[in-house]
Amino acid sequence: MRHHLILRVVTKLLVGAIILFALYVQFHGDFSPGGGFQAGVIMAVAFIIYGVVFSLRQAQRVFPPWLVHKLLALGVLIYAFTGLVSMALGYEYLNYGAFTPHHPEHGQHWGILIVELGVGVTVTGVMVAIYYAFAARPPTISDKDW
Amino acid sequence: MAAGRATNAAEPGAAQDAGHAVEHVALTLADQLPMLLILVPLVAAPLIVLLGSRRLAWPLAYGAATASFVMAVFLLMRVIGGEVISYHIGGWAPPLGIEYRVDSANAFVLFLVTGIATVVLPYARTSVAAEVDGQHGTLFYAMFLLCFTGLLGVVITGDAFNVFVFLEISSLSTYVLIAAGAVRDRRALTAAYDYLIMGTIGATFFVIGLGLLYMATGTLNMADIAERIADQTGNRTVRAAFAFIVVGVGLKAAIYPLHLWLPNAYTYAPSAVTAFLAATATKVAIYVLMRFMFSVFQPLYLVEVKTLEFIIIPLALLAMFAASVIAIFQTDLKRLLAYSSLAQIGYMLLGIGFLSETGLTAAIAHLFNHGITKAALFMGVGALVLRFGNSYCDGVAGAGRTMPWTSAAMVIGGLSLIGVPGTAGFISKWVLVQGALEAGWWPVAMLIVLSSLLAVVYVWRMIETLYLQPAPERAAAGEAPLSMLVPMWLMALACIWFGLNTELTLGASLSAAKGFMAGSPGLILAGH
Amino acid sequence: MAAFTLEFIVGHVNYWLFTVLMMTGLYIVVAKGNLVKKIVGLNVFQTSVFMLYISMGKVTGGTAPIFPTDMQIDPDTVYSNPLPHVLILTAIVVGVATTSLGLALIVRIQEQFGTIEEDELLEIEKAMAAEDTRLHGEAMGGLA
Repeated sequence: MRHHLILRVVTKLLVGAIILFALYVQFHGDFSPGGGFQAGVIMAVAFIIYGVVFSLRQAQRVFPPWLVHKLLALGVLIYAFTGLVSMALGYEYLNYGAFTPHHPEHGQHWGILIVELGVGVTVTGVMVAIYYAFAARPPTISDKDW
Repeated sequence: MAAGRATNAAEPGAAQDAGHAVEHVALTLADQLPMLLILVPLVAAPLIVLLGSRRLAWPLAYGAATASFVMAVFLLMRVIGGEVISYHIGGWAPPLGIEYRVDSANAFVLFLVTGIATVVLPYARTSVAAEVDGQHGTLFYAMFLLCFTGLLGVVITGDAFNVFVFLEISSLSTYVLIAAGAVRDRRALTAAYDYLIMGTIGATFFVIGLGLLYMATGTLNMADIAERIADQTGNRTVRAAFAFIVVGVGLKAAIYPLHLWLPNAYTYAPSAVTAFLAATATKVAIYVLMRFMFSVFQPLYLVEVKTLEFIIIPLALLAMFAASVIAIFQTDLKRLLAYSSLAQIGYMLLGIGFLSETGLTAAIAHLFNHGITKAALFMGVGALVLRFGNSYCDGVAGAGRTMPWTSAAMVIGGLSLIGVPGTAGFISKWVLVQGALEAGWWPVAMLIVLSSLLAVVYVWRMIETLYLQPAPERAAAGEAPLSMLVPMWLMALACIWFGLNTELTLGASLSAAKGFMAGSPGLILAGH
Repeated sequence: MAAFTLEFIVGHVNYWLFTVLMMTGLYIVVAKGNLVKKIVGLNVFQTSVFMLYISMGKVTGGTAPIFPTDMQIDPDTVYSNPLPHVLILTAIVVGVATTSLGLALIVRIQEQFGTIEEDELLEIEKAMAAEDTRLHGEAMGGLA
């Protein structure tokens, strides 16, 4: 895609905005439609579009595959450990009320935020990992034959 | 449980209404068991990926499986008397919240699944190192744990949609585990692909059925659905839901005409995976079938829709004979055992089809006994694959002389598969015949005995291959390593132990069958 | 059961489309020989389920089920049922996972077998099975 100047410039402009929008969807999820799933996918799109336009190698320099694999596991663990903490406090799994027993609503607010963060991290990781896994395969047809 | 506890203070709504925090009774570790059982393997799987260490992967997986097994034993001891444990995730009471419900039926299946995983994992260490690409060893164990988690989750949950989610977790990881066999034979890939297509169709049918049930009842909690469809027996939506669910789960359980994915998947998957799947995956699907047939749709409903006598029983009989006959003509021991699994699924379905306490007891007991039998046999075949590089009859001929321990374990497993008195297989077949006679269906009882004779033929072929045929010229292969022999013999001895001491298997199966025949126990609002 | 009046047919348009979509998907899975097309069919099939669930969640005149921030809830407001949407979010994720896993398998099949056409794959597998029988069939006296 070296010759597509417009694509390259637009992508450079867009990537930042996409990431920002992903973070907005992530953290505004409890007031408006959104949350970890959607934010994770949007976040992944930023990296995927960067990879598509500037080559996979460039994308992997920004977001190396080993980090992607760690992140996708980390997200699940964030989710699970939120629940484990509430269990340790003597409540049911994922009973967010455990964090602030005097005012369960606050605990729920925090709980949802942390859990959604875990979801977001995992979904980002998974989507990027899927892209890497397919894009990194040596192509059987060279680019010129397309 | 916790009947003495007045209200659940942890319920967010309750605390809110009171305006101040109500005194919370902290849950003890014993109360958390149903959740921890699922959580330990679920946390261990991403932890393995996160650490990424090949050295730590196996110990972590084994630790998680053992911990789950211990918890499953505790749960089984608590519920075997007929008690029902209900765990409310997030403190939200059912039917709104997701509920984990443990009764004697699923505690028994949990016991089987965790037990098999605990036994197969030590075996897998050597077997997987030989059969699966070394660099993927870490991820293999993560996948194994995910599959394990999925199976446990399917069994323990009391929420219908949760069953679908866990079913897909276990299925997706199963496809990957089967495809891992591609290092040995590339046909593992097409086997995994076929299973993916059929498994997804099955799961989607299942989810359509759930959707129709939700449409008719407005709830997803199994006990709540049961209560609400009790007076809707003529409702076509409910009937369609029943059909979709039976077919969907039937694909997963490999009920005879829906079995096409199974032989290839079992043949080309790595041996440790085959041993684990054969002993657990189809059994769990049979359990789901029973759970939906008896706890969601009531036994009375089954009488009304006539599915059992017109569909389940004929297919069960067909499976018992057709699959056994096909098994006789196989040249690959692994495939032979895969077809025999199909035949054995027939016995379980037949037990369900009797729609009596004895029949269900037989089905559940056979589910367990066949699980341990097949685990022993497939582990034996895995050991042969490790030493000879294949499991073809002529490839492993005469193995009885070079691998006496492995062969002996396989003989015990084979005897249990036939149902020779003194082995686990005998017990459940005996109860099954009793169930048939009780129902007054003596021709069916005859057929059960006849199909067992077919089992004699294919098991004899196995024994003949191992002991009587001359070993071809080949490099001297020694006995399998101890890490494989011990799990194999554990299972072989379990076949004998549960054949002589039937207190646990029949006791738990009877308790479970009573629970199923009584229909749904209704919602449990107090407790956790 | 209501008769097949025009009202019945038009009123259930979502469910008719669900059925059509479902059968189309299932047909593609069964009839198409190309493995990628089968996955496409599977996707259509799964999508039909999304439609079934979303149709269920619709409440006539209902609005988005979000309470106003000041929590001044008008008792007359009708809300759509959010639960099917949540369930379908899960089903979509499962669908994505299945699709990517299926495609990954196809990539590996293409690398190992050199084709992703089902009939050609069957040819290859048949040849492999015949080879197995030739090499190992003596155990059965040529019966297998």
